[in-house]
Amino acid sequence: MMDMDALQQEINRDRRAFIKKVLRGTIAGSLLLVIPAGAMDLAGVPEQIPGMRDETGPFITGKKFAFVVDITRCIGCGSCCVADRNEYQVPEGNYRTWVERYIIDDHDNVYVDSPNGGLDGYQEPRTDIPYPVRDTFFVPKLCNMCEKPSCVQVCPVGATFQTEDGFVLIDQKRCVACGYCVQACPYSVRFINPKTKTADKCTWCYHRVRKGLLPACVNVCPVQARKFGDLNDHESEVYKILHLPHVVSVLKPDMGNKPSLHYVGLRREVV
Amino acid sequence: MSPEHGAAVAEALTRYIFPNDLHVHWSLMIVLYPYITGIVAGAFIVSSLYHVFHIRALKPISRYSLIFALAFLACATMPLLNHLGHPERALNMMLTPSPTSAMAGFGYIYSAYGIVLLMEILFIYRPTLVALKEKAGGFMRGLYTILTMGSDNLSPRALALDRKVIAFLAGIGIPMACTLHGYVGFIFGGVKANPLWATPLMPVIFLLSACVSGIAGIILSYVLIRKFTGKPVDMECIRTCIKFLWGFFILDFVFEMLELFSHAYMATHHWHTLRELLWGPLFGSYWIAQVGIFSVIPFFMLGWLSLVRLRDTTVRFWGSVASFMILVQVLLMRWNVVIGGQLMSKSERGATYYHPGWFEKEGIIPSIIIMIMPLIILYILSRIFPLWQTDEAAAGEETLG
Repeated sequence: MMDMDALQQEINRDRRAFIKKVLRGTIAGSLLLVIPAGAMDLAGVPEQIPGMRDETGPFITGKKFAFVVDITRCIGCGSCCVADRNEYQVPEGNYRTWVERYIIDDHDNVYVDSPNGGLDGYQEPRTDIPYPVRDTFFVPKLCNMCEKPSCVQVCPVGATFQTEDGFVLIDQKRCVACGYCVQACPYSVRFINPKTKTADKCTWCYHRVRKGLLPACVNVCPVQARKFGDLNDHESEVYKILHLPHVVSVLKPDMGNKPSLHYVGLRREVV
Repeated sequence: MSPEHGAAVAEALTRYIFPNDLHVHWSLMIVLYPYITGIVAGAFIVSSLYHVFHIRALKPISRYSLIFALAFLACATMPLLNHLGHPERALNMMLTPSPTSAMAGFGYIYSAYGIVLLMEILFIYRPTLVALKEKAGGFMRGLYTILTMGSDNLSPRALALDRKVIAFLAGIGIPMACTLHGYVGFIFGGVKANPLWATPLMPVIFLLSACVSGIAGIILSYVLIRKFTGKPVDMECIRTCIKFLWGFFILDFVFEMLELFSHAYMATHHWHTLRELLWGPLFGSYWIAQVGIFSVIPFFMLGWLSLVRLRDTTVRFWGSVASFMILVQVLLMRWNVVIGGQLMSKSERGATYYHPGWFEKEGIIPSIIIMIMPLIILYILSRIFPLWQTDEAAAGEETLG
């Protein structure tokens, strides 16, 4: 067993290392402020999506991205929602991603809630359920990046479009904010951003993916409930999940939208 | 906890709506939009009953209904522009349309229909406008010169050509008016994510209710304008209109109920959501107001007015009341479809609420202003285009339409 002095030394050494790292980060960060963004060097940041830094064209080629949410892992901490809100400064009351809490009682009643979109995490259990609780789980929600997206179909000006690499994105300079896409999305992931007065939604962090980085929510998830990767890379985790015998499903399959967002352990109660 | 109490608590607690579904995006403005375009299409149908189908009794209102349609057509885009987050980009829908969008066609259909309507008015009114031009001076003379397209030729040969053009325009006007409003129904009917909207019957119901609202609008405004200007009401015309109103309303109401009945009978998982909506937040505005008061009562009133031989004053008064009720019914129908459809969360577990404010951008006061605008435009148009043929007859002019 380590005595107290040794432990203290260890902590001090960690602390010094930590302060050094913070200082380095601050200096690097300050430099980033003065160096134009285009010249940003990601050499120091490890590539999280293999092969992405080799992509030079306007569109990603030879990749087919998928997002996998593992319901059996999610603990409802809300880190993903916080990361998302920080990444995009989403105005309050609108949600690019959110986490739902499902509770099923022994009368098979299903109780779902998502206070503040799960942004504050689920720190307290629900005490208002009238019957004994049989089961409970969390379901993170985000853009389904449909292969046949109804939002793209209905957009009258082509502001919502699908990239060749399968991302569904919004051109903020074209959107007229008619709201048709909001009505057409079966998953309610869209909203009209009150700041920009245009349609807005989760992009799977396209700007990060283009630089070989994982979406912000995937990056912060402490239990790896959110996974992102290239299905053409047979070594990727998402490929293995979708091609090995797992219980994998998508939301509202009868809508015919063919989501690229898959759920591991999806329950029939989830809509 | 008693079992009943437990069940009640559980029932109340199992409701959940998606966080982005709390806000109703299509406001009162989008209720008014199909309402106004419906009145446009319906009024045009009234005119066509005379011009194409030669229902002689409707001659006194055949011109008026076109001007009435134009006045409302001029305001059809107002609620849309007020609704858009970026109205300055509205024309992009026509400049860079997305071909797959059900909405992208609106600009084209609306403009094409507007051109046909305007051309028909100009041709029908041409002899009148030529005569008015002779009498007018200054600005009005210039205006009439433009409106007559610079042609003063009233020879029998020219008028015969005009008649051919009018018949052609009225002929293509009918499918275009039907397209305009059937298409507005399709904008809603094509949204598969919304179980209240997604039905192939939606364009049919929208079209029939459009006919109904147009005819009712014509009856009510005709009686009121004639009354306030101290002119007699052509009773044969009103009786014929009431019969058409009743006929179209039978179809409209039956289809509305059939649509609901089909949903209930098929009882897919959507019906569960629809039932909660119609017997929940929409109970008052749908069952009590739209169906109970403003459909069933005018339905019997119109039947009574159509089938029983009544005194002129009775027909005039109760016909106007029934028309007013029908106008309210169609507005309620638009509300229940547009707002009602959005109240259901796509979580299929609950409904949100919507109460428009009086003074908000898309609230009640702007809606009232937008609904008054067509009447102001109608007044201005009536200064340019005499609404009634009798006015012209008094002035000793030749009439075409």
